[in-house]
Amino acid sequence: MKMKLAICAGLLAATWTWGAEMSVQVREGQLRNRASFLGAVNGTVTYGDRVTVGQKQAGWIEVVRSPSGVTGWIHESALTPKRIVLSSGTDDARIGASGEEVALAGKGFNKEVEAEYKKQNAKLDYAWVECMLNFKIPEKELAEFLKQGGLGK
Amino acid sequence: MKRLYVMMAGAALVVALAGCETMNQITEGVTGIAVATGQLSEEEAGSINRTTRAVTKTFEDITPEQEYYIGRTVAATVLMGYRPLENGVLNNYVNRVGQSLAQFSSRPETFGGYRFLVLDSDEINAFAAPGGLVLVTRGLLACCETEDELAAVLAHEIGHVEKQHGLRAIKTGRLSTALSTLAVESMKTMGSAELAEVTKAFDESIHDISGTLMNSGYSRKLEFEADLCAVDILRAAGYTPGALVAMLENMDKRWEPARLDFAATHPPPADRIKELKRRGVETSKDTKPERSRRFRAAVGAR
Repeated sequence: MKMKLAICAGLLAATWTWGAEMSVQVREGQLRNRASFLGAVNGTVTYGDRVTVGQKQAGWIEVVRSPSGVTGWIHESALTPKRIVLSSGTDDARIGASGEEVALAGKGFNKEVEAEYKKQNAKLDYAWVECMLNFKIPEKELAEFLKQGGLGK
Repeated sequence: MKRLYVMMAGAALVVALAGCETMNQITEGVTGIAVATGQLSEEEAGSINRTTRAVTKTFEDITPEQEYYIGRTVAATVLMGYRPLENGVLNNYVNRVGQSLAQFSSRPETFGGYRFLVLDSDEINAFAAPGGLVLVTRGLLACCETEDELAAVLAHEIGHVEKQHGLRAIKTGRLSTALSTLAVESMKTMGSAELAEVTKAFDESIHDISGTLMNSGYSRKLEFEADLCAVDILRAAGYTPGALVAMLENMDKRWEPARLDFAATHPPPADRIKELKRRGVETSKDTKPERSRRFRAAVGAR
């Protein structure tokens, strides 16, 4: 039983491994010059981009974006060990057979399903949801807001 | 066949003993050993693994992209029952506080990001849709006397998003068929039957989450978990963690157990205060002059 538990623990451990490849799982992310949202932006990454993982520090991972070679820090919540395949039928999707290894972008609950659901629920209105999504506060303003409020030190 | 049952029972036992994680990884580990030791053929192991994958689709299998689409529709569903407060100054301020706080959570990055909207309602209520769309009522803002207390409210909701409490409300089994079907790589576009099947699973998931947010509420355990997340986020951001207790004390004065708002979906503030104090978080009205100024300027305009 000890062996089984040890195997269990081993299987569950590493989502982060030095030198491994990971995928960006957010619509857009920033690679920063230090492990903080206050760090300057070296470059951006988008959904499905592959990065090579380096050191880890307090929830942040230093990565190199493939193939551009841009380096920077990004929070671990923006990354997944899965390969995100942007269109099915590609070599990546054929090779990585299981859902544990591959996530198909745009599959499952997606825009098409939302549209179908809306057809069945005519009273549903996404206008304010779209409005909310536009409430993005620019980074510089957030940094200034934190600073003025004596926050984020 | 007996061997299969034995191995599956073994996998289940490991899950029970470890008290953890997805059945998939564990089952595959166990079947891998069985193949190596000759107890199972590759074919038998593959069969077990495929079956396990099909039946264990849970909220953990939902990608952040799918979580985003669920969250959009949950928010739209909440907005069928509540009118947004069309106050640009207040909504902008709440987003500045909320998006600042999100940076200090253990899950600062979601697919579409964190966004906040004030609802034009006297009810004391708030709704955190999966993926980071957070809606708070004017009535809940009235329980906040400082920016730190407003931050405490928003940090609690961010805690629900961080821990994916919304997705956990989806009943077991809802996702099995839909997500398994969609794991088929060759399916470039959904046919009408697949679309109908996935839309049905989507409908049921939205129903489960919205029903939990608006009617039944999360368990006390999850509410306390969100409170503890809030304390961590407030502390990391530089706000006063005791502001959460101060806000709950304000809420307690307005608490009417018979009301169909927060009282129907949350533990009484007194219980939450007691739990926070037990963990060493004491009430505090501390804030900074600049925070007071901007809080008055924005929230005073509601």
